[in-house]
Amino acid sequence: MSFTLSDVTLADGRKVNVAIDGDRITSVGTEKHGEIIDCSGLVLLPGFVDLHTHLRQPGFEQSETVLTGSQAAAKGGYTAVHPMANTMPVADNAGVVEQIQRLGEDAGLVEVQPIGAVTVGLEGEQLSEMGSMNESRAKVTIFSDDGKCVSDALVMRRALSYVKTFKGVIAQHAQEPRLTQNAQMNEGQVSAELGLSGWPAVAEESIIARDIMLADLTNSRLHVCHVSTKGSIEQIRLGKSRGVQVTAEVTPHHLLLTDELVRSYDPVYKVNPPLRTQVDVDALREALIDGTIDVIGTDHAPHPDESKDCEWASAAFGMLGLETAASIAQLVLIESGKSNWERLASVLSVVPAQISGLETQGQQIEAGSFANLALIDPKATTTLTDGGASKSSNQPYRNMKLPGRVIHTIFRGKFTVRNGELAGKA
Amino acid sequence: MKLKHLVSAADLNRAEAIQLMDTAVEMSSVSAREVKKLPALRGKTVVNLFYEDSTRTRVSFEVAEKRLSADVVNVSAKGSSVSKGESLKDTVQTLAAISADIVVMRHSASGAAHTLANSGWFDGSVINAGDGTHEHPTQALLDAITLRDRLISDPLGKDLSGLNVAIVGDIAHSRVARSNLLLLKTLGARVHFIAPPTLLPRALSAQAVSSHHNFDNAIEEQSFDAVMMLRVQSERMQAAFFPSEAEYSKLWGLNRERLSRMNNHTLVMHPGPMNRGLEIDSFCADSENSTILDQVRNGVSARMSVLYHLAGTERNA
Repeated sequence: MSFTLSDVTLADGRKVNVAIDGDRITSVGTEKHGEIIDCSGLVLLPGFVDLHTHLRQPGFEQSETVLTGSQAAAKGGYTAVHPMANTMPVADNAGVVEQIQRLGEDAGLVEVQPIGAVTVGLEGEQLSEMGSMNESRAKVTIFSDDGKCVSDALVMRRALSYVKTFKGVIAQHAQEPRLTQNAQMNEGQVSAELGLSGWPAVAEESIIARDIMLADLTNSRLHVCHVSTKGSIEQIRLGKSRGVQVTAEVTPHHLLLTDELVRSYDPVYKVNPPLRTQVDVDALREALIDGTIDVIGTDHAPHPDESKDCEWASAAFGMLGLETAASIAQLVLIESGKSNWERLASVLSVVPAQISGLETQGQQIEAGSFANLALIDPKATTTLTDGGASKSSNQPYRNMKLPGRVIHTIFRGKFTVRNGELAGKA
Repeated sequence: MKLKHLVSAADLNRAEAIQLMDTAVEMSSVSAREVKKLPALRGKTVVNLFYEDSTRTRVSFEVAEKRLSADVVNVSAKGSSVSKGESLKDTVQTLAAISADIVVMRHSASGAAHTLANSGWFDGSVINAGDGTHEHPTQALLDAITLRDRLISDPLGKDLSGLNVAIVGDIAHSRVARSNLLLLKTLGARVHFIAPPTLLPRALSAQAVSSHHNFDNAIEEQSFDAVMMLRVQSERMQAAFFPSEAEYSKLWGLNRERLSRMNNHTLVMHPGPMNRGLEIDSFCADSENSTILDQVRNGVSARMSVLYHLAGTERNA
């Protein structure tokens, strides 16, 4: 297929024609060939790369499948996702990660790059066969027990050290388990009033501080998942200033929502780590702008209605995020007037692709690059009334008017989303 | 009064709280009659849905409902499909389908009553009979009635302005403390907290007039009209909130010696059930100053008052 995205605006503001042939960009400039697609007013970005996705397959297909999650991803402008290992069976061996990767290829809408578990069964005790997962067809480079923290300092030290064998990275879900027993929401004013047991910020910050020291000790790579507090940012800033190889991720919901929403006792706002305070939201936004936080990861976490249509304490943790992430990034970086589209491309695509080592993703928009692309209409708005393409509907942004809309998504030179609609398998 | 649900003590403004207290006084005269019945809730079905064990609260509600001639159904987690894993939604929709008018719910999850009142699963009234560590508004109402009756002369129509009430003990995990804090403030009383730092969240202590980690200093510095002792649960010890029962009793328990250093009129309150010898000694529990049995008696009339107003009936009491 040969086509040209005409009069499109690049992140740096240049207006160009981008010609695509097969799976690659063939020219960026004035040249046009094949079908001419008018893209005036649209911003062209490298397709987004999510380092933190729950596709729920195998094992929890009532919540999401690789196919429905891929559809939600494509709708959100993504061309690559990294499904977390907390499936059933757990993605702690080469067989499971290869199966997930195969399901991704069958869906054919985004690159599905599995994340492997750090420990067997996410139990935090025995290292999983990370080397075999890396050498498998799935070529896993990111390992995480996400959903659970690798809380044992010795296991964490060994894991960081071991993945240097193949330049891997440990993505830590930072949550000190003893400080968060039965925790239901952020610990603070609201939890005290609501009588819900608190999840104190220090439970995240103490693990991050420890892990940065361990990454320093082992001279290995640490990625901190879903950073949610002001104090965590201070730890990461300090670690980076000392030259430790640490990268940090923030979720869209922690950039926008606060624990005041929990006053409704609506479990759609129940998420782990929990929604924090406005002070934390402001600090996270600033850190995303100044580079302390490297990437936006959605932590897209589908749950069926029965897990959310109940009293708070019985509800599952997690919320959807793939279809709204770009809008929230635009809100924080562009609408605020504090940053720019290049930074947005960096946090949603370029840097996550680098962390994972995905060579065909997050590339410069230039001749020869793979055509993994997202086109956004920054003047349009997005308002979701349901769960969108996801199989689940735990949508915290229901009826909220968010800026920007993903108009087209192109994966390996083919439209997966065209004019806002799913275009079918690439 | 336009009150559909009673989920939180914060649902009541000052005028409504006073009206509920005044109605409760009228209701208490019913309990003194030979025929202890009013027709106010005749033909109404009230379901007592108890997900947690409770003797006194359930019995108190049941007596109140029967004195108002309601048809009463008791559903407890042990004797129904609740224990077989049915969700709150399904249980409540079942109750809605049999045309229950009022659900009185006790639940271990904070916010469960709020969720029920706002869920659309049930269109009747919801009374919160205790939700986790959140609230227990009818307890606060009966405590306010007890305080007013014992400390304010000619109490009808009046609030609790100027009274100094100390709440002592496990404030962090107490629904009684949260509801009392809200209602006492609405009624103009001054709330003081006395607790070890582990059992008193900073965010809550900021809402009290004063907070103390030392009971004896608090007695020294303040002039209390009432001390409300909270029940201590021994499982808190395992979670390292305090070292031992003996130490708790020594530092935060109410005993004869501490009571002797307070005012002659200082009331001793406890929501029950008590741990005699732990948070309160027998001398205080059984003293003239104790209101513990008054609280139980007032519990019935307080709940009759709430049920009466929620049922929206125009009939006179």
